[in-house]
Amino acid sequence: MRTLTLPLSPEAIRELKVGDPVALRGVMITGRDAAHKWMIDTFIRKTRAPSGDDLAVVEAITPILEGGAIYHCGPVVAGLDTKAYRFVAAGPTTSTREEPYQGEVMRHFHVRAVIGKGGMGPKTLAACRETPGVYLHAIGGAATLIAKTVKRVLGVHKLDFGVPEAMWVIEVEDFPAVVTMDSHGGSLHVDVEARSREALARLTR
Amino acid sequence: MMQMAVPLRRVEVSMPELSQAVLELIRRTSTDLSTDVEDSLHRARQAEEPGSAAAGALDTILENVVLARSQSTPVCQDTGTPLFFVRHPAGWSTRRLREQIRQAVAEATRMSYLRPNAVDSVSGKNSGNNLGDDAFPTIHFEEAEGDELVIELILKGGGCENMGAQYSLPDDRLGAGRDLEGVRRALLDAVHQAQGYGCAPGILGVAIGGDRGSGFAASKETFLRPLGDTNPDPKLAELENRVYREANTLGIGPMGFGGKTTVLGVKAVNLHRLPACYFVSISYMCWADRRRRMTVRGDDVVIE
Repeated sequence: MRTLTLPLSPEAIRELKVGDPVALRGVMITGRDAAHKWMIDTFIRKTRAPSGDDLAVVEAITPILEGGAIYHCGPVVAGLDTKAYRFVAAGPTTSTREEPYQGEVMRHFHVRAVIGKGGMGPKTLAACRETPGVYLHAIGGAATLIAKTVKRVLGVHKLDFGVPEAMWVIEVEDFPAVVTMDSHGGSLHVDVEARSREALARLTR
Repeated sequence: MMQMAVPLRRVEVSMPELSQAVLELIRRTSTDLSTDVEDSLHRARQAEEPGSAAAGALDTILENVVLARSQSTPVCQDTGTPLFFVRHPAGWSTRRLREQIRQAVAEATRMSYLRPNAVDSVSGKNSGNNLGDDAFPTIHFEEAEGDELVIELILKGGGCENMGAQYSLPDDRLGAGRDLEGVRRALLDAVHQAQGYGCAPGILGVAIGGDRGSGFAASKETFLRPLGDTNPDPKLAELENRVYREANTLGIGPMGFGGKTTVLGVKAVNLHRLPACYFVSISYMCWADRRRRMTVRGDDVVIE
């Protein structure tokens, strides 16, 4: 198991290959459907003007995303009333919903690791080559176990998106994942899809 | 209009206050995976090659199941749509049962057994307590013989819900006609489409027939069946076994990492249909198949 300390250098990314198990440490940020749409609309495609705390939030998250990791996760969080936040359950959500946005977000903010489950498509794979970046597959449903690797909740942005959709800034240690898309064009998901398609064809001839 | 004075006998129905019991049902369902599912995950682990990504995924899954139970924290952070199936004795107020269930759901959310999941589709606002419109949480009521109350609860996450599919047969692309062979082709196609997205290894809940609405509703109700049971209809039993066996040769594997276990079970139900319609409605349940049953008889409450 290779330990990856955030932020990640291009060299560290290039060393990673599909199939490598990794343990992450450092500061990362959660972001899923609402966060990706917000980043794209407000700062990348600029189809809406920033309003409210948008500019302050982007200023706060930009240094974390620079060479950093974005985690597709909508956690269960305790301490909402006292703001002494604690992650109770925090497995990955299905990443493919961010496929229309992820590549642009990676290029814009220089994100080097996208963490989620289920893998992503050709646009993200192309961004992994360029940025360079990797897709790290966490184990779907392993929510209590992954929450244990979240040592501290450092803050939260856009809580008005709701608890699952907010951007939580977290410090992790020994966060387990597997490289399933690398910066050399490799994707376990492409391979498994192709093999299973052949098997399906045999079963339904 | 004629007014009459008819002496009517009044029947007193006493209903217990159930919100604490329902809270415990929710806690158990969210944090304590049932034994049949856990056993089946253990068997899946034994089948995978040691050192493979699939075996590693199942090790993590099993470790997480034990940890969630011991800490009383959610197995999965997506605690889904709570689906309640209530069978109540004659004369009980379903309005009061609904109130008590909704109260328990809000309290379970406050205690972090459930994630706040009810989002207003127009405003985008999360209600914060899992209470949305009348269908969130979803509560099915049915009056039953006897004096027992039975509440079954399924927590079905959104990742697997997105993998549900509905086929209208015949389907030329699949070479699927209006018979069980056509259904088999639709099911295998759905498993292939789902890949690892719905947190494989999953369980297929299948309704053959019905209309678009009743089909999906019935497909979810099949998840109440224990994993290892046998369908009483021999034709459906044969279909379930065959699709289970064949889906596990697709090589999608746990999390879509490749491997020998892609589905843990297939459960099918036969519904009457209109002559013009032949739907196959498939709900995909993730490996974190969280379901529990609570039986209330007098003062005794049993959760299994």
